[in-house]
Amino acid sequence: MLTTQFLLLGAVLFCIGVYGVLARKNAVMVLMSIELILNSVNINLLAFSVRHGSVDGNTFALYIIAIAAAEVGVGLALVLLIYRNRRTIALDDLSEMKG
Amino acid sequence: MLAHEMTSEVLASSGWFLDHAWLIPIIPAVAFVLIIFFGKKLPMKGSELGVLSMLTSLAFAGGAAWQWIQRVNSVVDGAHEAVAEGAHHVAPFVSPVIHEWTWWQSGGFHFGIGQHIDGLALTLLVVVAFISSLVQIYSLEYLRGDRRYTHFFAALTLFSAGMLCMVLAPNMVQLILGWEIMGLCSFMLIGHWWEEEANSRAALKAFFTVRVGDMGLLIGTAILFFSANSWTQKNLGVSGFNISGLSAWAMSGQASHSALTWGAVALFVACIGKSGQFPLHTWLPDAMAGPTPVSSLLHSSTMVVAGVFLVARLYPVFWEGMKIGDTNINFIVLIGGITIVIAALLAFVQHDIKKVLAYSTVSQLGYMMMGLGAGAWLPAVFHIFTHAFFKACLFLSAGSVSHSGSHHSFDMKKDMGGLAKKMPITATTWIISTLALAGVFPLAGFFSKDEIIDNVGHNGYNAFMIVGLSGAFLTAAYMTRATYLTFFGKARGAAAGEHHDEHDAHADAHDSHDAHATQNAHDSHDAHGAHDVAHGPHESPKLITIPLMILAALALVAGLSNATPFGENWERFKKYVEPSAEYVAIEGTMASGPGEAVVVPAQNVSSEEAVAEEGCAVVAPEAGMACYFPTIHHAPFKWSKAALSLIIVAFGLLSSWMFCVQYYTRRNKRLVGLTERSKVLRGGYTFLWNKYYLDALYEKVIVRSIAHPIAAAAYWVNQNILDGIVNGVGKVSRRVAGWVYRNIDQRVVDGAVNGSGAAARGTGGALRPVQSGKVNQYGALLFAAAAIGALILVIINT
Amino acid sequence: MIAADLLVAQNVGFGIISLLMIVAALRVVTVKNVVHAALWLVIVLSGAAAQYLLLSAEFVAITQILVYVGAVMVLFLFGTMLTRARIGAESDLNNKNWALGIPVALLMLGVMSYVIIDGFGSERLIENPGDMTQVPVQVISDDIFGPYLLPFWALSFVLLVAVIGAIVLARKD
Repeated sequence: MLTTQFLLLGAVLFCIGVYGVLARKNAVMVLMSIELILNSVNINLLAFSVRHGSVDGNTFALYIIAIAAAEVGVGLALVLLIYRNRRTIALDDLSEMKG
Repeated sequence: MLAHEMTSEVLASSGWFLDHAWLIPIIPAVAFVLIIFFGKKLPMKGSELGVLSMLTSLAFAGGAAWQWIQRVNSVVDGAHEAVAEGAHHVAPFVSPVIHEWTWWQSGGFHFGIGQHIDGLALTLLVVVAFISSLVQIYSLEYLRGDRRYTHFFAALTLFSAGMLCMVLAPNMVQLILGWEIMGLCSFMLIGHWWEEEANSRAALKAFFTVRVGDMGLLIGTAILFFSANSWTQKNLGVSGFNISGLSAWAMSGQASHSALTWGAVALFVACIGKSGQFPLHTWLPDAMAGPTPVSSLLHSSTMVVAGVFLVARLYPVFWEGMKIGDTNINFIVLIGGITIVIAALLAFVQHDIKKVLAYSTVSQLGYMMMGLGAGAWLPAVFHIFTHAFFKACLFLSAGSVSHSGSHHSFDMKKDMGGLAKKMPITATTWIISTLALAGVFPLAGFFSKDEIIDNVGHNGYNAFMIVGLSGAFLTAAYMTRATYLTFFGKARGAAAGEHHDEHDAHADAHDSHDAHATQNAHDSHDAHGAHDVAHGPHESPKLITIPLMILAALALVAGLSNATPFGENWERFKKYVEPSAEYVAIEGTMASGPGEAVVVPAQNVSSEEAVAEEGCAVVAPEAGMACYFPTIHHAPFKWSKAALSLIIVAFGLLSSWMFCVQYYTRRNKRLVGLTERSKVLRGGYTFLWNKYYLDALYEKVIVRSIAHPIAAAAYWVNQNILDGIVNGVGKVSRRVAGWVYRNIDQRVVDGAVNGSGAAARGTGGALRPVQSGKVNQYGALLFAAAAIGALILVIINT
Repeated sequence: MIAADLLVAQNVGFGIISLLMIVAALRVVTVKNVVHAALWLVIVLSGAAAQYLLLSAEFVAITQILVYVGAVMVLFLFGTMLTRARIGAESDLNNKNWALGIPVALLMLGVMSYVIIDGFGSERLIENPGDMTQVPVQVISDDIFGPYLLPFWALSFVLLVAVIGAIVLARKD
């Protein structure tokens, strides 16, 4: 197995995730795309963990999984709140920051 | 020739207080927690805990200082004995008392906490503990009945804990910890009466302006850590955060020069913010919105010298990074010199007595920085010491005047005058401190300020010696003006016993230029109900006058602790505070167990001349040896030079006095209205009145001059060129322009602290469509920028 | 190169799983139905777990299944239902400037691929594939509770804040 193959897989997933974040309108879909990005990072971390023969990559992958769980929890709470106030979760409609 | 084997050993004594100096900040920290949780239930609402903890800290600091003196003496005596036993010349090296424990560790990095006690740390410890104690005692009366009495004492105590923690920090991480605690307390205390909008704005301004500088602290620490860590680990076995490690690294001659320079510049930016140096001094006068004891403790004598302390503490880094040894102008001396003059000029046009003192503080801090930048380390540190006493005394006197003399007003022109007869103690302490500040002969300020000016000239910075002398003239003049307006001449307003009723006081307040004076007037009004029954000026109660008298007494005599004119025996600061610039063997200089006597290897140098020629700053130490401080030169004292500066000061005092008598009392026709008649003078006055338009510069000019043309240019390009071509191309370039605009704009806003709103409005509607408010578009720009940035890095590196 | 070094089974496994993952990930970001997207995401996440097994990180793979496929997906489905997004297809799941994402993503992919291939080329992940052993959980726990204890504390704090924050945000008052 080559180092590149795992890193490239990570890169492809990352870019798909970025596309999802940019293109999707539904807030839940954006959160899903972020999960894709986080997973691609984990693949990288584990590949490097094997490459360097150290266990640190595993540790950090676990930390990222925990953080992702927290992020989804808070993210969905936000989505619910927005939905309750606005009756929509389309990000296009949320443009209070318009200059 | 400086061979390792030639060192002989000298025993340095230690002691319980020296080894347990880390308790000094712990005591107020514990007191803070107790005040917060139990303060309100106590009979004196928690203030007794604050005062008690500060007095205990003071006792500990005093004990440690005493034992330090013993330690220095034992080393010096040991060196003499070694000479008697046949060594040629033994230069004593007094090692600091360093203890460091692991505070926390992560991924192999250890962050320490502990103490680094030497003469500099002890000077500051004693000063901070001493002034804090006095200010807390003073506040018992000054803030009696205040609605947040307990919180006030809690914040004051926490501040002291933070400052003490910073002063004895053995590494940069602990220093940053203390530094940030101080920043937080400064914010809380300036905004103590936050109900008035001006106060909370002043608090925010102080906090954010200092934060701009604090970026430099973090960046500088990071630069130094990453460039020094491997050297310090290898040679000294400590991390690159360690202060003595950094000093030895900077002096080792193996340090990367660009890292030193950039690290020193970044750290100095932090000092500019914290110590109110030009051009970030604008927060300090606004900070006078806080209660007077706060101004006295934080914004004159202790917190604002933190920046000066940082430079003094890491002096080898600045010495090497800024090339202080050369006589070329460097960053520190330049900023210090500019600050002296511009702040002193501003002090002339203030109506508010506290603002005069604030600008005076800024100007004196400029002296300290100029001294450090010109290699006058000892006089600068000595000036921290003396300045603390007389400036604290001046602020507390001003507080006493407003408390009992002017009905809580700080306006010299409206509500003061002729108070000398009614408040004799306050007037005496004020005048003593004024003379000390001006630098009149036997008082504290003379010995420190004159030394700075003298040494700056001696080290070859002649232009800055003239700056120092003109600063001395200005200082004498503006302090005379303030003294005259407050204590002499005809009584005006509240000082004349005019009875404001509640409504009047309020209206007065709104006229006042200085909203905070008003603020104090109004806010402490209810607090002083009982006391206001006896209207009209009178002397303040004992809890206020006793701290004043103690401080004034010190302003009289503190200078004698390093009285260079009287010869070597009087130079105690030089003996006990200045670190020894000696080559020492590395083992034995680092941390040792508590309570043990330390074996200090003292350098055996072949002759006296060798020391002079090959001082630590000139020749890099050999392997196995280290330097912890550069060799600095001391100007020999000459009465002729002192006479010159004394004449200048006397001239300043007299001319200003005559002017005040003519102008304010006799209303001399030729002088009154001069600013209206002469265009030049009027221009100068307006310029000063608007504080050199610096605030306007930050808020309007910088933000707009950069944001505006870019916006305009982008708009022009958009209208005239791009619209003509394909619409889509136009859209893209508009996005790019918007990206540039937002980034540069954002950066300028952050840089100039203020006015982000004004900038956004000022740029007009041209770029509005880019600010769509849509998250996805922002995200697209973010990711595209990241990708392009990465692409550029790839291209550069291939 | 001896045959044992080629690790045919692993490489074939890797190829199949990654193909599946990429296709599923593309479906996640293109499909017009929120629930379908969530189900495709399950495939990507399970595939990632399989990749972790290939990388001999057994414990992380199991955690991935438990936390992601178990808990996080349920959260997503709840979120979908509570916000009453239509279960069926939605025509406007993408925003108006969705096309902007394609060049940005392709640009990033290009840069990253170039850097990865330039930097690692045909370097082996591990010199001697026989050395690749499963990482014992004990070693991971020693790592977490040893040098990385402080991040662990910080993480616990973040989780606590997230729990409180989610309650505060989502409750009706």
